[in-house]
Amino acid sequence: MKAIRKLVDNIKPTFSKGGRLSFLHSSFDAFETFLFVPDTVTRKGAHIRDSIDLKRTMTIVIIALMPALLFGMWNVGYQHNLSVGSEMDLWQTFMYGFWRVIPLVIVSYVVGLGIEFASAQIRGHEVNEGYLVTGMLIPLIMPVDMPLWMLALSVVFAVIVGKEVFGGTGMNIWNPALLARAFAFFAYPSHMSGDKVWVTGLSKGEGIVDGFSGATPLANAQAGLEIPDFTDMFLGTIPGSVGETSALAILAGAALLIFTGIASWKIIISVFAGGLITGLFLNLVAPPDSYLALPAYYHMVMGGFAFGAVFMATDPVTGSQTERGKWIYGLLIGFFAVVIRVFNPGYPEGMMLAILLMNTFAPLIDYTVVQAGIKRRMRRAVIK
Amino acid sequence: MCIFAAIFLIIREKIFKIMSDHIRLRKGLTIPLKGDAKNHITKVVTPDKVAIKPTDFRSLNAKLMVKEGDEVKAGTPVLTDKRRPYIFISSPVSGTVKEIVRGEKRKLLEIIIECDKKNEYRQISVPNYRSASKGEIIKSLIDSGLWSAFKQRPYGIVPDPEIEPKAIFISGFDSSPLASDLDYALRSDLESIQAGVDAISKLTQGGIHLGLHVSHYASSPFHRLDRVIIHTFDGDHPAGNVGVQIHHISPINKGEVAWTLDMHSLAAIGRLFIKGVYDVRRVIAITGPRAKNPSYIETIPGMPLMDIREYADNMNEEPNKDKVMPIRFISGNVLTGESVGREGYLGFFHNQITLVSEGKYFEMFGWIKPFRLSKFSFSRSYFSWLFPKRRYSSDTNLNGGERALVMTGLYEKVLPMDIYPMYLLKAIMAEDIDKMEQLGIYEVIEEDFALCEYVCPSKTEIQEIISNGIDLMIKEMS
Repeated sequence: MKAIRKLVDNIKPTFSKGGRLSFLHSSFDAFETFLFVPDTVTRKGAHIRDSIDLKRTMTIVIIALMPALLFGMWNVGYQHNLSVGSEMDLWQTFMYGFWRVIPLVIVSYVVGLGIEFASAQIRGHEVNEGYLVTGMLIPLIMPVDMPLWMLALSVVFAVIVGKEVFGGTGMNIWNPALLARAFAFFAYPSHMSGDKVWVTGLSKGEGIVDGFSGATPLANAQAGLEIPDFTDMFLGTIPGSVGETSALAILAGAALLIFTGIASWKIIISVFAGGLITGLFLNLVAPPDSYLALPAYYHMVMGGFAFGAVFMATDPVTGSQTERGKWIYGLLIGFFAVVIRVFNPGYPEGMMLAILLMNTFAPLIDYTVVQAGIKRRMRRAVIK
Repeated sequence: MCIFAAIFLIIREKIFKIMSDHIRLRKGLTIPLKGDAKNHITKVVTPDKVAIKPTDFRSLNAKLMVKEGDEVKAGTPVLTDKRRPYIFISSPVSGTVKEIVRGEKRKLLEIIIECDKKNEYRQISVPNYRSASKGEIIKSLIDSGLWSAFKQRPYGIVPDPEIEPKAIFISGFDSSPLASDLDYALRSDLESIQAGVDAISKLTQGGIHLGLHVSHYASSPFHRLDRVIIHTFDGDHPAGNVGVQIHHISPINKGEVAWTLDMHSLAAIGRLFIKGVYDVRRVIAITGPRAKNPSYIETIPGMPLMDIREYADNMNEEPNKDKVMPIRFISGNVLTGESVGREGYLGFFHNQITLVSEGKYFEMFGWIKPFRLSKFSFSRSYFSWLFPKRRYSSDTNLNGGERALVMTGLYEKVLPMDIYPMYLLKAIMAEDIDKMEQLGIYEVIEEDFALCEYVCPSKTEIQEIISNGIDLMIKEMS
């Protein structure tokens, strides 16, 4: 440790003001604070501070994503085996998926962090940690067979248009990861939907076993076809985006996020509640054998519902910021996700659009809640 | 046993309901620090010199009334305000004005008085406090300099005696980290406190409201005070902040004014009316992870911190070979106190000195280490939640870098007020006066937001933002 510290101290002047490479100050700083918690001490205000910082916060979110990522890797291998009829043991299955998924993760981080560093450099700011999470989320919500250049373009769009033009981390209106997916979805629809993209090799037409379908349960439900049973969908042994098939793995992440207090349990619960209530109501009025009659709890485990509720809707920057607003925001996400799924023939999945829509309206919800608080204060003034 | 205990608790709860107004606060945090002061007095400090610091009083436009070499007695005014003639600040000791310390732009920082150790008091003519009129009481308070001990809400400035407050609020306990136990520190001052209450009860129609912590209620000598309206509070810090108490007793609306006073000043006011002297001696706590024998001392505000150097476990200015870090000397508590340095002086309103380690060190991969058991965190992202009884030797490391405001819902957990902290902060940063007013700027001062600053993962200087907001309000509204 001492040796590294010495090295860092030695090269520091080169990157500091007046140094030869001072224009790379932000990048140097990012690496230095990655290696070491800085020796900054409090100047004014509270003399001691809590041990938590944004790096720690983001790390917890990444740890919470691990079950979904690891399961997703295994599932990529598993689905491939089903499609070609091969057999592999657990480790081989996992490693097959690992080598398919890792390029997505690397491209997402390299491209995204590259832009983050560059813009921090231009602004002269410190590099924010926000992209560490976004960069992990993006590969998890993409189909595994997506071409890497497409992924890179989506990341560029999400980070530049979705975040940096608004002023960087903390200022963006829409969840950058979802924006990446929305971009890919509308720019390259043929690579983002259908029954070929969710399993590796299918789009290249590799030997398919008779009767295997690479379509997601959502697509099947919309087309009125048979869907897998609830247990399979809950466990996640179905085709779908890399990280979002297993509700179980996602719930494990949710447990960590709620326990550490890093994601708002209010949002997670209310998204599920909103979807469930909407689904139940549709069940009541549904004609038999229609999509509306799909049991409400099926919606929770299909598509990106659980993943969106736990990892996307809870983004504190783009979500509702008041405690009361969080309930409304979550309920409406659940509601719109199910409504878009059921009534819109164009998009099998409604979660992405529901969250982006509510991201847009979150400031309005907060405004209403805060105004109600102001009214309370005004009323108080009148009575006294 | 259990049944008896339950019945006892129910009865106790009922009694509280009858006797007083009981307010339960569920939000807040008592930071578990090492170095609580033990209940005994280990030193009586008679300093060689004291400092009077105009900076202890909010937005004071100080004007000197003495020059170097002047003789003063305890109670001789040395400072006044250029625009507010009711503000005087008096010397706490008798002696000679030794030095007048100025900072940038000749800003008055300190007036150093060399003590003659004779402790001569200026005799102040005071009326009989039981029969005196409001005007007479105010006149004596202003004349003595103890008027400046009052703070006005909104803003926390010295109040204008012409404007009658809706009530006077006093917190009877301090809940800040390692706080001084006021029950102990003031146990022999009960008579003075009662006299103080009797005197200032003339100043308002709304009564003197005293906040007590429910767990100390029966043991606190203050519950026997007459002419006060007692409110009991339950909960962690900031339950003892008078601003939080006002918010729950009778919140301050636009156009309203309330006054607050601390217990030590109340006792000093009592002594003024009993003996006719300016006597601000007080018992304060020496606390903190770096205090050798954390306990109480008897002293005077303005005392040099060098006089308590034997309580510091180390006087190094740089980390020594055992990597023992230098100490930060804080006049006040770790959340709101002032880092005065070893050559500094005790502040006028402070009843505690805290000694903590400077945290000027690098920690490799500190943010990602899973355990880091020596660190406390309000969040559960560390494991300190597993050890609720453990006390920590926190230091002044920022524990991260300043970042954009990202997390939400966190400040609300430590601010027991019906206020949207993030929105108030943003209104202040945008300098939007109307919004600040609507969102509750009149109800808060810096100390109420100190815990928000402590828990903030983006390491935002929240107290400074609030301070700027209040300065802006004072400027715009006057």
